[in-house]
Amino acid sequence: MRVMSRIMALIVKEFLALLKDRKGRLVIILPPIAQLIVFGYAATFDLNHVKFAVFNEDRGIAARDLIARFEGSKAFDLVANLQSDQQITPIIDNRDALFVLHIGQDCTRKLLSGGQCTVQVLVDGRNSNTALLILNYVREIIYRFNEEWTANHGLGTLPSRLDIRAWFNPNLESRWFIVPGIIALLSLVVTLIVTSLSVAREREAGTFDQLLVTPLRPVDILVGKAVPGLVIGLFEGTFILLLTVLWFRVPFTGSLLVLYSGLVLYLMAAIGIGLMISSMCSTQQQALLGGFLFLVPAVILSGFATPIENMPPVVQKITYLDPMRYFLVIVRRSFLEGASLDVLFNQFWPMAIIGLVTLAAAAWFFRHKVY
Amino acid sequence: MRLKGFVKKETLQIIRDPSSIAIAFVLPIILLLIFGYGVSLDAKRIPIAVVVEKPGPETNQFIAGFRRSEYFIPKHMRTIQEAMKAMKKAQVNGVVWLRENFAREYHRKDSPPISLLVNGVDANTAKIIEGYVQGVWLNWLEQHGLQNGIHLKIPVQVGYRIWYNPEVRSRNYLVPGIIAVIMTLIGALLTALVIAREWERGTMEAMLVTPITAREIILGKIIPYFILGMGGFMLSFLVSIFLFNVPMRGSFLLLLGSSSLFLLASLGMGLLISTLAKSQFVAAQVSIVVTFLPAFILSGFIFEISSMPWPIQAITHLIPARYYVSILQSAFLAGDIWKIFIPNAVALILMTIFFIGIIHKKTRKRLD
Repeated sequence: MRVMSRIMALIVKEFLALLKDRKGRLVIILPPIAQLIVFGYAATFDLNHVKFAVFNEDRGIAARDLIARFEGSKAFDLVANLQSDQQITPIIDNRDALFVLHIGQDCTRKLLSGGQCTVQVLVDGRNSNTALLILNYVREIIYRFNEEWTANHGLGTLPSRLDIRAWFNPNLESRWFIVPGIIALLSLVVTLIVTSLSVAREREAGTFDQLLVTPLRPVDILVGKAVPGLVIGLFEGTFILLLTVLWFRVPFTGSLLVLYSGLVLYLMAAIGIGLMISSMCSTQQQALLGGFLFLVPAVILSGFATPIENMPPVVQKITYLDPMRYFLVIVRRSFLEGASLDVLFNQFWPMAIIGLVTLAAAAWFFRHKVY
Repeated sequence: MRLKGFVKKETLQIIRDPSSIAIAFVLPIILLLIFGYGVSLDAKRIPIAVVVEKPGPETNQFIAGFRRSEYFIPKHMRTIQEAMKAMKKAQVNGVVWLRENFAREYHRKDSPPISLLVNGVDANTAKIIEGYVQGVWLNWLEQHGLQNGIHLKIPVQVGYRIWYNPEVRSRNYLVPGIIAVIMTLIGALLTALVIAREWERGTMEAMLVTPITAREIILGKIIPYFILGMGGFMLSFLVSIFLFNVPMRGSFLLLLGSSSLFLLASLGMGLLISTLAKSQFVAAQVSIVVTFLPAFILSGFIFEISSMPWPIQAITHLIPARYYVSILQSAFLAGDIWKIFIPNAVALILMTIFFIGIIHKKTRKRLD
C-alpha cells in the first residue's frame, strides 16, 4: 500500500512536470491535432491539378477530343498551349508544367485511315514517383479514348479486356492508407515528447539522484515515468482516431479491441524506447539527439510513406526492430480490411518484446549512466 | 573582439558535449545510409497470384509475360479462393484471374475479360501494379496479334520520356530530399537548446551585465554552429554523390550558396524556439514537433505539393525546407535553373531575416 501511494505521488509529480507549464501543455496537446489535419490533407499520392502543357500540331478532331479529355480530368490542369518545340524545355525546366503532351502533325488523319498514332508525353522526372503516377493517369485517359474510338469507328473490339478491381479501397484513395498511418506517427511523436526527455531533464537538474536515494525502487520510478506517457498517448490516440473516422471519413471496419490492444503495446514499446534513451543521457541536448536518432529512422523504415517490400533484404531485417512497423499494419488493416486478431497476431508479440526489453533496459540505466 | 571571445566560449561548449558534433556528423550519415539504401518507391518483384482455370497456349503466353517482367513474382494458384486467401494474408499484392471459358471466348472473339484484383490498402503501390499489369497485357496483345497475323489496332499509343531521371530511380530524388530533412534537423537541433540553456542556468543574466550586445550574442550563437552545420552538409553532399551516385548537374557553388542560406534559416528557427521557450525541456519538445515531420511531409520531398488542397499549399510556404527541396532537386537532377533558384533563395533569405529579427527583438527586451 505504501509503495502504491509513493508511486501515485510520483505519477502526479510527472504529470505536473509535463502539464503545469502553459507552453508545455500547448506543445503536448495542440500539435498532434493540427498536424493530423494538415498532414491528412498533405500526405497523398493522388494527383490533383497537376499542371501540364499541350503542344498540338494536329488540327484534327482526334487531337481535340484527346486534349479535351486531359482538360476534363480532375488530375490535370492545362496551363499553356505551346506553339513550337523550343518552348517545351523551358516550361518543364522551370516547373511551370510537370508534363507536356505532344501530338504530332497527322495524328487524326492516320487514325481516320485506320492507322496508329503515337503521342509523346514528356514528364519532369525530378520527382520520379509523381512522374510514374502521371504516366499511369495519362495511359488511363488514352485507354478510354482508344476504347471509344474503336467502338465508334467500327474497328471491332480488342481480343481481350483488362478488368481491374481494387479490394478494400475501391477508389484507391491514398488518403485511406495514409491517414490511419498518421495515428501511428503522431502517437509515437507524442510519446517520445513525453518520455525521451524526462530522465535526462532530472539528471541535468540533479533531482534524479535525489529520486534514486528515496525508498522508491527503479521499477517504481519506471512505472511513475511510464504512466503519464501511456495516459497521454492513449488520450491523444483516441482523439486522433475519432478525427480519422469523423473528419476524414475513413471507414473503420475492424475491432476496437484489437486496435486498442495494439495501441497499448505500441505505446509501451515507444515509452520503453523513450525512457531508455532518456536514462542513457546526462543532458537534455543528448536526449534530444537520441530521440531524433530513433524517431527519424523509425518513421522512415516503418512503411509509412514507402513500402517495406521495396527495401533491400538487410534493411527489411532492421525494420523488425521498429515498433511502428507493426502498429502501422495493425491500424491500417483494422481500418480497411477489418482484419481479426488471428491475422494480426504476428504484429502483436514483437511489440511486447520490444517494450519489455527497453523498459528493463531503462530501469537498469537509471543507476548505470552511460555518459 | 568581444564577439571573438564569445564565439570561442561557444566553441568550447560544443567540444565539451560531443552531442553537437554527433548531430552534425553522425546524424547525417545514419539518415543518408537508411534513406539511400532503404527507401525506395520503385516497386519491383511484387508477389502476385496467377489463377488460370484452364491452361492453354493463349493463357501460357500471357502468363509468361509476368515471369519475364522484373516487376513481378507470379505465384500459380489453382482456385480463386486460394488466391483470395493469400491476398488476405498479404502474401500477394494482387491476383490475375483467367476464367475457365477464356480460351473459348477468345477464339470466338468475344473479348473475354482478364481480371486483375489488387489489394488497394496501399493505394500508391496498387496504382503502380495496375500500370505494370497493363504493360504486360498490352505486350501480350501485340505479340499475340502479330503471331496470328492479326494487325492489332490500338489507335493512340503513348510514347514517353522521363526527363532528368530517365531510369526512374527514386533514389535520385529521395537522396537530395533527405538532405533537406537532415539540414533542418542539424540546424534546429544544434541551436534549439542553446539560448534556453543559458536562461535555465542563469548564465543569460550573467551575460546581461556584461557589455556584450544582443547582436553579438546572436552572432556568437550562430557562427560556430553554422560552421558545424556546413561540415554536415559537405559530408551529406559527398555521400550522395560518391556512395549513391546521384547525378550532380548544377553547379556546386550555387548548391553551396543555397545550402548556407537554408542552414541559416534552420539555425534561426532553432534559436527562435530556444528564445521563445526559455526552458530546454519545452524547447526540445517544440523542436521534435516542428522540425522533422513538417520537413518530411510538407516540403514536397515525398508528397507532391501541387496536389495538396490550397490551404495546405499555403501552409507549406511557412516551411523553409519546401524552398530548399525545390532547389536541391533541380540542382542535382536538372542543372542551374535560375527561375527556380532565385525565388526560392529569396524566400529563404526572408525567412532568415524574419527569424533573426524576432530573436533580436526578444533578446533585446530582456536586456533592457
